[in-house]
Amino acid sequence: MSKVAEIFQSLDYGTAPEAAGPANDWLDRHGRRFGHFIDGAFTAPGEGFASTNPATGEELAQITAGTPEDVDAAVRAAREAFAGWAALSGFERAKYLYAIARQIQKESRLFSVLETLDNGKPIRESRDSDIPLAVRHFYHHAGWAQHRDRSFPGHVPYGVCGQVIPWNFPLLMLAWKIAPALAAGNTVVLKPAEFTSLTALLFAQICQRIGLPKGVVNIVTGAGETGEAIVNHKGIDKIAFTGSTEVGKIIRRATAGSGKGLSLELGGKSPFIVFDDADLDSAVEGLVDAIWFNQGQVCCAGSRLLVQESIEEKFIAKIKARMKTLRVGDPLDKSIDIGALVAPVQVERVLDLLKAGQAEGGEFHSVECEMPDKGCYVRPTLVTGISPAHTLASEEIFGPVLVAMNFRTPEEAVALANNTRYGLAASVWTENVNLALDIAPKIKAGVVWINSTNQFDAAVGFGGYRESGFGREGGREGMSAYLKPVWEKDLGPAPAITLPEPIEGGGNGGMDRTAKLYIGGKQARPDSGYASPVLAADGSHLGEVGEGNRKDIRNAVEAARAALGWASATAHNRSQILYYLGENLDYRRTEFAGRIASMTGASEDAARREVELSVQRLFAFAGWADKYDGAVHNAPVRMMAAAMVEPVGVLGIAAPAQSPLLGAIALLAPAIAMGNTAVLIPSEPYPLAMTDFYQVLQTSDVPAGVVNIVTGPATALARTLAEHDGVDGIWFAGSATDSAEIEKLSAGNVKQSWTTRGLAYDWADPVMEGDYLLAKATQIKNVWVPYGA
Amino acid sequence: MGGGETEAPDPGAGGGDMSLKIVDTPQTGAGHRRNPGFPLDLDWVGRVRMNRSALERRASTIGARRSVKKDYQLAWLLKAVSLMDLTTLNSDDTPGRVQRLCAKARNPIRADLVEAMGVGHLGITPAAVCVYHNFVATAVKALEGTNIPVAAVSTAFPHGLTPLKIRLAEIEASVADGAREIDIVIERGMVLNGDWQGLYDQVKAMRAACGDAHIKTILGTGELATLTNVAKASLVCMLAGADFIKTSTGKEKSNATLPVSLAMIRMIRWFYEETGIEIGYKPAGGISKAKDALTYMALIREELGRAWLEPHLFRFGASSLLTDIERQIEHGVTGHYAADYRFAVA
Repeated sequence: MSKVAEIFQSLDYGTAPEAAGPANDWLDRHGRRFGHFIDGAFTAPGEGFASTNPATGEELAQITAGTPEDVDAAVRAAREAFAGWAALSGFERAKYLYAIARQIQKESRLFSVLETLDNGKPIRESRDSDIPLAVRHFYHHAGWAQHRDRSFPGHVPYGVCGQVIPWNFPLLMLAWKIAPALAAGNTVVLKPAEFTSLTALLFAQICQRIGLPKGVVNIVTGAGETGEAIVNHKGIDKIAFTGSTEVGKIIRRATAGSGKGLSLELGGKSPFIVFDDADLDSAVEGLVDAIWFNQGQVCCAGSRLLVQESIEEKFIAKIKARMKTLRVGDPLDKSIDIGALVAPVQVERVLDLLKAGQAEGGEFHSVECEMPDKGCYVRPTLVTGISPAHTLASEEIFGPVLVAMNFRTPEEAVALANNTRYGLAASVWTENVNLALDIAPKIKAGVVWINSTNQFDAAVGFGGYRESGFGREGGREGMSAYLKPVWEKDLGPAPAITLPEPIEGGGNGGMDRTAKLYIGGKQARPDSGYASPVLAADGSHLGEVGEGNRKDIRNAVEAARAALGWASATAHNRSQILYYLGENLDYRRTEFAGRIASMTGASEDAARREVELSVQRLFAFAGWADKYDGAVHNAPVRMMAAAMVEPVGVLGIAAPAQSPLLGAIALLAPAIAMGNTAVLIPSEPYPLAMTDFYQVLQTSDVPAGVVNIVTGPATALARTLAEHDGVDGIWFAGSATDSAEIEKLSAGNVKQSWTTRGLAYDWADPVMEGDYLLAKATQIKNVWVPYGA
Repeated sequence: MGGGETEAPDPGAGGGDMSLKIVDTPQTGAGHRRNPGFPLDLDWVGRVRMNRSALERRASTIGARRSVKKDYQLAWLLKAVSLMDLTTLNSDDTPGRVQRLCAKARNPIRADLVEAMGVGHLGITPAAVCVYHNFVATAVKALEGTNIPVAAVSTAFPHGLTPLKIRLAEIEASVADGAREIDIVIERGMVLNGDWQGLYDQVKAMRAACGDAHIKTILGTGELATLTNVAKASLVCMLAGADFIKTSTGKEKSNATLPVSLAMIRMIRWFYEETGIEIGYKPAGGISKAKDALTYMALIREELGRAWLEPHLFRFGASSLLTDIERQIEHGVTGHYAADYRFAVA
């Protein structure tokens, strides 16, 4: 029988390999040895390591390991290029970004094949996903380059950005980093992942080809030590990192106190929630795109299936049936669904985790498909019959392994979805729009895909909550991560406070008043049982405040967490309460002014002014509460991408020592206006302004637990807040040294932090009535909602 | 996948690990059980969910996820020929035109190409010839001795809006003239108004009128407004006894598309899981390129399995597709590009 006749019966697919020739020619032309790209030129190849094709184990090229000197040279080049690049008109920068987009598009096949050779991902994905998305990113940001000054008035680029990217989407992650940085006017030093440097080097050639000014983009290849040299380099103004949570925490600690801008896009264990009224077959297909896209090596992979118990059996059967048609094999074959993992070490990691998981129980179901006899392949695997306590249910596997659990009610689905230290993405499947839009805001994740998964676009921000990091990439929110307010660059050091020597006498003339703490809407005695004296400006005894300690912070955070429902109060409602706070403070302005004057020695006018400004500030944020809102982004698909503005959660706030009322209100007002709950540590030397404020809070309908106030040793208390895993963000006004420590401690759960680093923020400045702190009090969640009947 | 092993979906999914494995012997229809029809189950109809965007995403990637090259492509294209209802449905059709079509059906692929591929022994012909009632007798005569069945479009094709008894009489007339397959059209208005009982009753009556002739129910998907409607109409027709469900008459403003196909074949899969009965699928209208045919076949193979790629379970309704397939086959065999005038017109 002829071969055609045989196939006529079997109807097998055969193979459809993409030719690797042009990519190999490109590698050969460079002698398969590459240096760095610094100051517009390639350096001579140096000591380094091999980049291999994980599908075959063959070496593709030798890559140079960047030394601290290389990084130094790259930073110097970027620094020298910065002034000129930032001074170009938006249109000029747009032209360069446009040219980059065009060139990548023209070379898209070479980029795709090279990416697949280097990374092991199926050519279909590099061709249809990675490269087109990278191109789109540069096109999109050409527009931001031109409209930067109109869209972000009063903002300037950071300067030199150090960018460290992962190996799972090499060129795409490069695009996500470089496009917004350049559009904003920064220059960059970027390190590709050691496994996958090749497309970054091809990209460097494109930069040369289009005549991008020297030093604007520098690529330094290398492994962890090279990344470390970038992160710790004093000449770098901002660090952007995508990679593991573990390394993200190290970077957070390393950059603490440096004043460097920081955005982190870290790991995930994203839930994929299927309700009983979903289009189940489509949900199964969504799952294929969620967990078997890029071999599951996706930070936002839908790796945790949560399926409604009533349909669980049916749904799992559908998944198993679908798994049978998955094709694993040569990534260059166009008919392959799953290619190779990036390196043997990753295969080992995944298999080790599976082994550990097996010891804990559960049913493991692997595809019985044909597997290549060599290369970094892992069988697609489904794990059922486990619970959240199982290692595989909580650890990021970063491989083609799906774990499945069930839920009974929407409420339980949300609870399970949020039962993770990560918060990158989620996928929700239901044909009921009411249910979908009820669930989306309740999930702690930066991206929620309704009836879809792994949707990305340059116009839509991407980034995480919790230990998945902070900062967004893409869209307006992504651009703002590469810009800072111009006034912030000019802040001088904050003046020191001189405390008076205590003198005998004084007192409040009879009636003893000892302020307690304010926790959960009630005044609470400090756990320590101690009180500390508060001195008047002349050193006389003015009163006493409770000496808060760790346990009081614990109680306050618990109260604040219990009050998180504040976020779902209507913005109008929050606004009304802030107005009411202002009104009630104003009613007692004389008393507060007197208090401020007696503590700080401020003039009567100045003290009155501080109270007036505080009232004004409460009004300002009452006004903002229902206006600082989101957007609907224009992604090139038939979907609404709704960028929702959500509160960070529980904010720990250490108020500045100066301006004891205004300083605290300036931070508290934007925090609660946006729906956060707060644990506030008032000015340590002048706490009475805020203890007096208890009564204002109590008379203004502020729900219990929304504002909690703990007096005492400010830095020690702030430290406890910074370490507390139940605190989602921390704002600290204090010295440079203390700020550094707070930032370092905040790495524990990757909480968002903002510190004053000893700088003289002017709390009275009208700029503080603007959106500066609102942006820090919120995070953007993008909810993708497809439509069509 | 691979090794020639093919999988059909599990019947009664959720009811255990029962699975139907067909190894290396694609069904020829011999053991095929004809749909006996089932009571109308409105609860089932109510459970149908089709998410258009998700179906479109799946449909749009199928062509990129699977491609066949070289000998594989030739074999798949030959298969496409064998799955074709070679069709002429024009107001100006004449007996001469229909005879020419039947002649083409006898020899769908140029003899030199058949020989070069070594597939002469397969006796590849289209699955059927599809004509208006008035040409059934002509076609039956023209195809004598071939075993190629004649299919007639029926029941006031393409609109379906004449008295039911006239439509039933039409079916009977076509069957009497020798049609072995009847492509009926449903009343789209019944779907738009959710009159499932009415639709069920009509299709059931038509099925009865067909007797031993197989019934393909044309849904007119381009006029059903939503994919959920398409899926529900598919289910109701299957419950009423359809042997095939078919997208379009070719006369609606949009015809067969991949998302519509996905909605319909997923209903076929579900129906099979629940009843164990395999229903055929026929996309029609607008499939004129060899590449499109391969994409449809990959979709069927992925969603329903290899077993469904046989004439008793899958058909293309097409008129100009064959010529494009012949051109691609000539290119595959000879390595040079072909011109359409070098192939016999249908």
